[in-house]
Amino acid sequence: MGTGIARELSRYDLRVVLVEKRADVAFGTTKANTALVHAGYDAEPGTWKARLNVRGNALYPKVCSELGVAYKNTGSLVVALSEEQAVHLHELKARGETNGVPGLEVIPRERVLAIEPGINPNVVAALWAPTGGVTSPWELAIAYAENAAANGVELLLSSPVIGMDVRGGRVASVQSPGVVIDTRFVVNAAGIWADDIERMVGRDDFEITPRRGEYYLFDKRVGHLVSRPLFPVPSESTKGIVVAPTVDGNLIAGPNALIVGDKGDLATTAVGLAEVIDGARRLVPGLPVRESITNFAGLRAVAVPVGDFVIGASPGVPNFVNAAGIQSPGLTAAPAIAEAVRDILADAGLELTEKPEFNPVRGRPTRFAELSRDEQSALVEKNPLWGHIICRCETVTEAEIVEALHRPVPCTTLDGVKFRTRAGAGRCQGGFCGPRVVDIIHRELGIPMEQVTKKGGRSFVLSGPSKEPLLEQAACRCVNPSEQGECRIETRGREEVGGHAHRRV
Amino acid sequence: MRTVECDVAVVGAGPAGLAAAARAKQCGAGRVILMDRDRELGGILNQCIHNGFGLQLLSQELTGPEYAEHFICEAHDAGVETMLDTMVLEVTRGRHIVAVNRNEGLMQIDAKAVVLAMGARERNRGGVIIPGMRPAGVFTAGAAQRFVNMEGYMPGKRIVVLGSGDIGLIMARRLTWEGAKVEAVLEILPFPSGLTRNIVQCLNDQGIPLYLSHTVVDIHGEERVRGVTVARVDGDLRPIPGTEWDIECDTLLLSVGLIPENELTRDVGGELDPVTGGPVVTDEMETSTPGIFACGNVVHIHDLVDNVTREAWTAGEGAARLVSGQQPGGATIRTRAGDGVRYVVPQILHLDSLASRDVRLFMRATRPAERVQVEAVVGGEVVFSKFERVVRPAEMVVLTIPRGKVDPGKVSPNMAIPTTVSPDHAEGGPQPELVVRITPRDGDTAAEGGRKA
Repeated sequence: MGTGIARELSRYDLRVVLVEKRADVAFGTTKANTALVHAGYDAEPGTWKARLNVRGNALYPKVCSELGVAYKNTGSLVVALSEEQAVHLHELKARGETNGVPGLEVIPRERVLAIEPGINPNVVAALWAPTGGVTSPWELAIAYAENAAANGVELLLSSPVIGMDVRGGRVASVQSPGVVIDTRFVVNAAGIWADDIERMVGRDDFEITPRRGEYYLFDKRVGHLVSRPLFPVPSESTKGIVVAPTVDGNLIAGPNALIVGDKGDLATTAVGLAEVIDGARRLVPGLPVRESITNFAGLRAVAVPVGDFVIGASPGVPNFVNAAGIQSPGLTAAPAIAEAVRDILADAGLELTEKPEFNPVRGRPTRFAELSRDEQSALVEKNPLWGHIICRCETVTEAEIVEALHRPVPCTTLDGVKFRTRAGAGRCQGGFCGPRVVDIIHRELGIPMEQVTKKGGRSFVLSGPSKEPLLEQAACRCVNPSEQGECRIETRGREEVGGHAHRRV
Repeated sequence: MRTVECDVAVVGAGPAGLAAAARAKQCGAGRVILMDRDRELGGILNQCIHNGFGLQLLSQELTGPEYAEHFICEAHDAGVETMLDTMVLEVTRGRHIVAVNRNEGLMQIDAKAVVLAMGARERNRGGVIIPGMRPAGVFTAGAAQRFVNMEGYMPGKRIVVLGSGDIGLIMARRLTWEGAKVEAVLEILPFPSGLTRNIVQCLNDQGIPLYLSHTVVDIHGEERVRGVTVARVDGDLRPIPGTEWDIECDTLLLSVGLIPENELTRDVGGELDPVTGGPVVTDEMETSTPGIFACGNVVHIHDLVDNVTREAWTAGEGAARLVSGQQPGGATIRTRAGDGVRYVVPQILHLDSLASRDVRLFMRATRPAERVQVEAVVGGEVVFSKFERVVRPAEMVVLTIPRGKVDPGKVSPNMAIPTTVSPDHAEGGPQPELVVRITPRDGDTAAEGGRKA
């Protein structure tokens, strides 16, 4: 959300700073959701959700082609498994039409089975939404951030906002450890922490209740089981457990829905995962659990008591604009939310002068696996690193990883490399390439091996050089203060001299 | 794209690929090319710096790299050509291979015979579905082994190992020797998955507790692992509520099984065995795609490298015979796992082979047992059997059927078949098969070893 807004604002002659508490963009809810582009028949007409979903959906093809982001317009189906459920399809269709969703159609059993042979044979009918699709949320956020950076937005990563200075009913500055940002306007796109951020300006208009959803991701080998997202007939609170292809060719199932008290609670549970499989099998009975390659959980930022997206200036603080409570269909709405926030800022007095030099295009990073043999061949001739495959599952070359580590948005972590290149996203989940990617991060960025992290903070992959724990146990250490000369080893009070492995031995 | 022609192309230069390539060349194949994606020959043996390799085959107790060295020398002496840092992207049914490396770029290798020897990958957290948080510090045992033995870095300081597979046991000892504290090894089954010698030397001798019928039910920690919750499991391997307790640790190592690496095998089509996860092979180690051979962990997971080498020799010989046009033809017989046996490799035997040479069958027991007969049964008659003092699922059982034991006349396609055989007969009537079973010894005094019923 934040990256999309930053990129939208980078069209204009403004100084924009994007502040992120994590080590990379897309590390919050963006990295753990169903990755769907919804058509827009779910939301209550007249809500932000309804309006921005349909608008966002319409913007997707253009945004994704400008930014080189994977997007497939697959269409989607809401699957009724009983006559009773089939009645709801017509209600959904009517609601969708009120929301302005084009092309909705209730199709009979035979047509459903013809286009989705893997579906539950008890299907009665389905709602066909031709504008549904799938995308890659992290690719979109990374692309937005890179394009924003290319157009002048400054990016502060690993920079949690710890306070805001409010003077005369307006935010004057934003504080993060070691930096104070004087600003005329603040946009709050802090996801599940958006209520905590709003409290920093003395407002308490909503509370974010994290609602956890758990997922299964399946091997590409079974990615063909469904060709488009399949939804059950929705309940009051959620769209239910979906089975969908991913834009990368895997199969995803989830999410369930459970309110959790802790914003850090991204744990999967045995009960929750079983619920996901049960739900998914109602739609696709042949779903093979043994082809699971990973499970994960994401937190939807549900704004209470609002229920809808919270978009607009905070009451009483006109230069503090919320883009909060962005649960589903937030990913679909993202491009439209960016526009809406821009307009709200303009209404609040921000002058928007278009920059002639704004470049909306961010090229898709070259991926070896997406190329023809001839194109692959040509690349290896230019740069031998294209001939060195690091991730065997997804066929990712060293050249791609090196390139990802030197792009406009800093990438310093294993997960960052995974989201940019897919190294480690395949069936072995980094078992093979993990050690090699750690080594490349170390080599390219000069980060010591034991300082390389999975996802920033203290998520260190390694604990240190081997033998070091032995030295700790033996209470011995090198006491030579310089890096030159021989090591002087102090062992429980005794001192010995020898070796050349200062502090390592 | 450059095109290279050869008699035999071997994919993967671990113990299987090395032995298959050398043997193919020794048996008269012309140009033999051995390819590997890593920077050195030897495959996973290079990070297995513990000893215990080669006891059976070389009558020596070697480390992994030493065992590899022996067969690297053999391959070189035989005149095998090697391509390192080379990734095979594609293998076709017509035995065209597309591979890439830094120096030569993309190339096509056209071979008369291809030997698939890609080995296995480790089952990971997603494969066994462990609930909990997703912090750093969850490793497969092999990835941790690479960090410690090849890169010189520790994955953590307080370790819990899930799974009593051999790599996990070896790593429990290795990390202890490196100064880490291994808090526990957990095994979901009621018996260990690794070799007995590894349980003794790697756990008992190091004072590391082994909890059988236990598993990890939760992982804690946002950034790095802070601990795990473990629980006892019931007979259906489900955690028993109320038996949970927490172990503080910074690392969880997974040693929960290996999966044959068969992505390329799938490319060429052909029949896969649902139990082994590998291709169905003949006694020549040829897959159901003509000219494509397979050996080692690609076919089924081994516990001893000695058996990998033996199997690879068979594949190398088979590939050489194909190149020289001397493949066995004629009728075949299927093998089938009977009572007490989980699977049998090879799945298809040429009657010609059974008549003219000893044929080795590899199998795994379904459960531990003592004092048993391992029997090969054709048409309801035990054609060969041997006594085993003890069988365990963790330890491969080998049954070598001496030549001439199976009478081709008795396995004619129209012979009567016992009612116990599998229902999936080929069309056109029942297919003859050789059933292997493990039965309790009936207390007689027959000599150990071969015994004819």
